[in-house]
Amino acid sequence: MKEIDLATILAVFEEMLGPMLWVLVALALLATIAFVFVLVRDRGLRPRRLVWAEAAGVAGGIAAVLFMQFVTSSSFADIGGPIDWVLVAAIFAAGAIGTMVGIYALLGLGRWRG
Amino acid sequence: MNATAARAAPGRRALIAAIAGAALAAPFAARRPRAAVQTRARIVIVGAGAAGLTTASRLARELSGASITLLDRRREHLYQPGFTLVAAGLKPEGYSVSTTAEYVAPGVRLVEEGAAEIDPVSRTVTTDAGQRLAYDFLVLATGLVLDYGAIAGMDVARIGENGLGSVYAGPAAAAATWRAMSAFADRGGVALFGRPETEMKCAGAPLKYAFLTDDILRRRGNRGRAELIYNAHARSLFSVPIVAERVRMLFEDRAIAVNHEHVLTAIDTSRRIATFRTPQGAKELGYDFINLVPPMRAPPVVRNSPLRWQSGPLAADGWAEVDRHSLRHARFPEVFAVGDVAGVPKGKTAASVKWQAPVAVDHLVATIAGRTSDASYNGYTSCPLITRIGRAMLVEFDYKDNLVPSFPGVVAPLEELWITWIMKEVGLKPTYLAMLRGRA
Ligand SMILES: Cc1cc2nc3c(=O)[nH]c(=O)nc-3n(C[C@H](O)[C@H](O)[C@H](O)COP(=O)(O)OP(=O)(O)OC[C@H]3O[C@@H](n4cnc5c(N)ncnc54)[C@H](O)[C@@H]3O)c2cc1C
Repeated sequence: MKEIDLATILAVFEEMLGPMLWVLVALALLATIAFVFVLVRDRGLRPRRLVWAEAAGVAGGIAAVLFMQFVTSSSFADIGGPIDWVLVAAIFAAGAIGTMVGIYALLGLGRWRG
Repeated sequence: MNATAARAAPGRRALIAAIAGAALAAPFAARRPRAAVQTRARIVIVGAGAAGLTTASRLARELSGASITLLDRRREHLYQPGFTLVAAGLKPEGYSVSTTAEYVAPGVRLVEEGAAEIDPVSRTVTTDAGQRLAYDFLVLATGLVLDYGAIAGMDVARIGENGLGSVYAGPAAAAATWRAMSAFADRGGVALFGRPETEMKCAGAPLKYAFLTDDILRRRGNRGRAELIYNAHARSLFSVPIVAERVRMLFEDRAIAVNHEHVLTAIDTSRRIATFRTPQGAKELGYDFINLVPPMRAPPVVRNSPLRWQSGPLAADGWAEVDRHSLRHARFPEVFAVGDVAGVPKGKTAASVKWQAPVAVDHLVATIAGRTSDASYNGYTSCPLITRIGRAMLVEFDYKDNLVPSFPGVVAPLEELWITWIMKEVGLKPTYLAMLRGRA
């Protein structure tokens, strides 16, 4: 591949996801804004809420890895080299962080005590 | 995760948001390094496949006021790298079919006629509907023709029947090949693979299909009942020695037998016998399944024109005589060739188009602008060589047979990896489509 820059990556994701890309970007932005809002409002993290969000994050990470296998014709048995494990870890991390931030923000907005 | 790490998360999120913002701005900032060149030049592009569409999109962006005409009778656009996945039963036929019109850049005129004759002396193209188009610049992007007629006894209409497969013939043929291969994988028997002795597009594809057939047999528990034979046209399995050696080892590992210097010349599709030319004379091999890959040549409109190579190894099949680094024609400097029709020693893949099109466009635009271009195509060719469902090797090389990995030290080129499979299955098609629009 040549010219791997941000514009190219954006173009590729647009072709891959279509309008769904913008829905996902909007969701991610909303979750981030809500998370920051809750953080500022509560002047810091609430430990109990955080624990629940982290638990959900682990589930989200696992779900992301399984989803990737579901949408492709591949399974754990196909993991071949170290870079494959890095990819699995990256997918897990993306799913986990996304879920954690989202759930924490939701719980916070719902004024769930913790 | 502890509280500190969690607190870092919004920072990371903000960073991602900033990157996304930058990505949005980038097309406007980074992608317009030069103002569009003003011109009234008439540019005709023959063929609206991968190379024609990509070239048109890029020219439309870099030129202002030019008349850019794309000629192609075919209305469907075929994403040909998808044929392999269709023929492995992983994607439906429609996966590789869309329409040409949806990728035509604004400002480019698509004429749904084929080019019947090119006269590079009077600089005109005559279409099969009798229209004459004069040009100042011509881009040949006709792809190639599959010469099934050169295999005695071959009947394209019978692909899918009686163990006859041919992934190359088109989306329907790829799906029919899957039916034939799947039926074979249930029964076992002898399967033949191989490639023609001509230049061909995606030289890895015949190898991939041998690996895929092996994998499907194993998944069905029938590998022990099947014999797989790969008939190489030359003494090696691939033109790049280091790749050839790796494939040799993998074939040994998968128990795929190899015949060297076996060139398919005839087939009896009823009795299921393939005839090969070998150094020892003609040789017949019976089969229960065959993936027939036909000889490939330049389309007649180029092969029968003065634009073809006049001598040397690329003359016989009529490839366009262009400089291998600039893609400019050797005798008609206002003519370029991009994609499969280009008479260069490597580079018959969609991945090559991605590297060729910007080079040819830069030289063409430079000529209009009265400057010179130092853009150079190095022969880059790439092929995610599938070795089983779920794994592939990212093989990238240049004219000198050097490996030129896109992700050196990260994605090993000669290793069977899941990440490479993910690139092929998830990443390749959107990258290809973005390329057609001139955005990748
Ligand atoms: C089974 C298979 C697997 C492949 N796998 C890969 C892969 O994994 N990776 C990869 O990078 N590449 C792969 N390729 C190769 C890739 O698809 C081609 O190299 C690429 O499509 C070449 O683009 P092109 O524009 O030169 O030709 P094409 O895309 O074939 O387009 C040529 C166009 O020209 C038109 N045309 C022909 N004659 C005329 C005429 N006289 N007048 C007007 N128009 C004309 C045709 O209708 C066609 O639309 C594969 C190909 C096949 C068949």
